[in-house]
Amino acid sequence: MKPKGMSLIVKRITRITVSLIFLYGVYILLHGHLSPGGGFAGGVIIALSFIHLVLAFGREQAGKLINEKVNSIIESLAGILFLSIAIIGLYGGYFFKNVFPKGKPFDLFSSGGIILSNIAIFFKVGAGLFAIFLTMAGLGTLTKNELGDKQ
Amino acid sequence: MLVFNIVLVLMIIGAIIAMEIKDLLSSVIALGAVGMGLSLQFLLLKAPDLAITQLVVEILVLVILIRATIGRNIEKEYPKNKFRYLISGLIFLILFLWFGIKALNDLPKFGSALMNMGSRYIAEAKDKTSAVNVVSAIILDFRGYDTLGEVTILFASVLGVLSVLRMTKVKKRIDK
Repeated sequence: MKPKGMSLIVKRITRITVSLIFLYGVYILLHGHLSPGGGFAGGVIIALSFIHLVLAFGREQAGKLINEKVNSIIESLAGILFLSIAIIGLYGGYFFKNVFPKGKPFDLFSSGGIILSNIAIFFKVGAGLFAIFLTMAGLGTLTKNELGDKQ
Repeated sequence: MLVFNIVLVLMIIGAIIAMEIKDLLSSVIALGAVGMGLSLQFLLLKAPDLAITQLVVEILVLVILIRATIGRNIEKEYPKNKFRYLISGLIFLILFLWFGIKALNDLPKFGSALMNMGSRYIAEAKDKTSAVNVVSAIILDFRGYDTLGEVTILFASVLGVLSVLRMTKVKKRIDK
């Protein structure tokens, strides 16, 4: 039986690089209020790291780590988290008011609600774009199988 | 500004290649070159937040498009009555150019904003939110509603892609 995914070289290198890409995404997320970046860019980088895994190891192997069900749960929870951060603002006066403790500027954990909203957007974007990729990739393999049947 | 214009011309050439080339994979790669050029443009216009996002989204879209177009070859249909297409294309080209020149002439000068709200945001962002990145402070604090709308659009688009593509998948399985 032919092994799933790409060749051994790609698999070995993926093992090394995927964690670095993951870390870079988390860095972009956590420094969103200090340097260029933020939740959206970090989320796309995280989605890219999982796409990297799926491309190298094939869908079945990577599916053990994260599948579509977990993905959809994460996306929905992140959406609810972002809305609830906005609703907590009502407690201080109006929708989206930044009521969390702000801290000193230039600190990693400062600016209250901004970093929390960044985290919510991060999970939402990452899970959503990965779900789109999984659907597209599934479609690709399906057409390939069909082509094989016709030949 | 010289680098800016050179990248702009390269982007236009890439877009024309992406439209006209027959091979689908080459077309996708030309499209990727256009996106990379756009990221470079954002960097030259001093918008690093947008440049990072554009670069990363471009890579994602490229991966998805290549994955979706591998092993497929869509034949291009050429119109029989070339003259009519040429005339309508020319009319639309002239119209778009005219509107574009009109709109660009009416824009305020680069760097001088129409409203003075922006200068207040820049002055107060650090004291009010204690976020040093002003872009983050604006999109997540002053203009939280915009981001909420963005998140809703993303949710709706994911929902749309999933429902449309799942439908064809299930239909094919039933047909078998």
